[in-house]
Amino acid sequence: MWAVFWCVLKRDLLLALRRRTDVLTTLFFFIIVVSLFPLGVGTERQVLQILGPGVVWVAALLASMLALERLFAADYEDGTLEQMLLTAQPLSLLVLAKISAHWLLTGLPLVLIAPLVGMQYHLSDTQIGVMLLALLLGTPILSLIGAIGAALTLGLRGGGILLALLILPLYIPVLVYGAGAVEVSRIALADTEPYLLLLSAFLLAALTLAPLAAAAALRISLE
Amino acid sequence: MFEIHALECRRGDRRLFSNLNLTLEPGTLLHVRGRNGSGKTTLLRTLCGLFTPEAGEIRWRGESIRELAEDYRRELLYFGHLNGIKADLTGLENLAIAARLDGDPVAMADIWQALARIGLRGFEDLPTRMLSQGQKKRVALARLMLSRARLWVLDEPFTALDVEAVALLQGLIAAHIADGGLAILTTHQAVPLTSGQVARLDLGD
Repeated sequence: MWAVFWCVLKRDLLLALRRRTDVLTTLFFFIIVVSLFPLGVGTERQVLQILGPGVVWVAALLASMLALERLFAADYEDGTLEQMLLTAQPLSLLVLAKISAHWLLTGLPLVLIAPLVGMQYHLSDTQIGVMLLALLLGTPILSLIGAIGAALTLGLRGGGILLALLILPLYIPVLVYGAGAVEVSRIALADTEPYLLLLSAFLLAALTLAPLAAAAALRISLE
Repeated sequence: MFEIHALECRRGDRRLFSNLNLTLEPGTLLHVRGRNGSGKTTLLRTLCGLFTPEAGEIRWRGESIRELAEDYRRELLYFGHLNGIKADLTGLENLAIAARLDGDPVAMADIWQALARIGLRGFEDLPTRMLSQGQKKRVALARLMLSRARLWVLDEPFTALDVEAVALLQGLIAAHIADGGLAILTTHQAVPLTSGQVARLDLGD
């Protein structure tokens, strides 16, 4: 069963390798959005330190949103998604593989670049460490929940905007606890634990439920 | 082996067909005919389980395909209007992935052989976006050679193919039928389908 998971994961990574621009646009979008704020609100250290965690998280939300549209769209257009629905494999497993590949390509680069953008906001080393961890837990949730929306809006005209309206409200808990963890770590590192534990719980719940929901949504969208 | 019982399909408010009954025995070819928009593709997609019918039931080996789900899909090969191949992958990669997802991985040598037989020798490791329409279709049709599915559902398989490829595909279908397989297809072209038992179904009257 896992052989199929690896097969789809490798396929999507290979496709991304042959079409690199898609990956880079998400990353550059994130970097640009994060960098715009210091230019807009001024370079005052105090202000930036307060704004930092929230801005990084909102930018991560928008960047992951931007990439979501392409999660199933390409496979939908060339008919490979239809073929996936007709294989003898559990669709939710294939969907999970696609989401994993999507996170590796769009989520993980954001996590890795986050320390660099954190420095623009004069965040301390501890804060950057916590932010890294929170993003590592939070960005897969964004991909997982987003996949449900991407599956539901597949093939609709103006699906992009609808996707944003559907999914952004669902991102709120991740935003609150993700940014909260970084905010709290400014005062006491030990206080971040509940935030990170809650994010982990969200991640586990999303990991088990989202692929099932996305698979069901795909079946409806392809009808 | 394959039964359709009182099937009814709707697209929006329009009823495409209703009370459709049909039984197919192994070694039968069903040729679905009808004018454009008469519901041929919808019928084929329904038979694959991609589209939910308004009423009625489809049975495979006596059991409803809804309940069989994955066990039914293992024995099914659907060839639709879209080729279902990735333009950025080579023919070899496309077929290897398709075979793996179908649950029966095939040896690379078999894939090379299938591509050679379908007339794509020398094009095996080119990304399929470099190929012509007909060649892309050939890559997709090479799946027929590699699959062990008993039921083939082919939606307009002959379009964009040249004379030679049409003959090859006819041969493949004939061999599949002779082997006790089932094939359901639509085509507007006057392609003689004389393999084994041929049943016809006319939609939209």
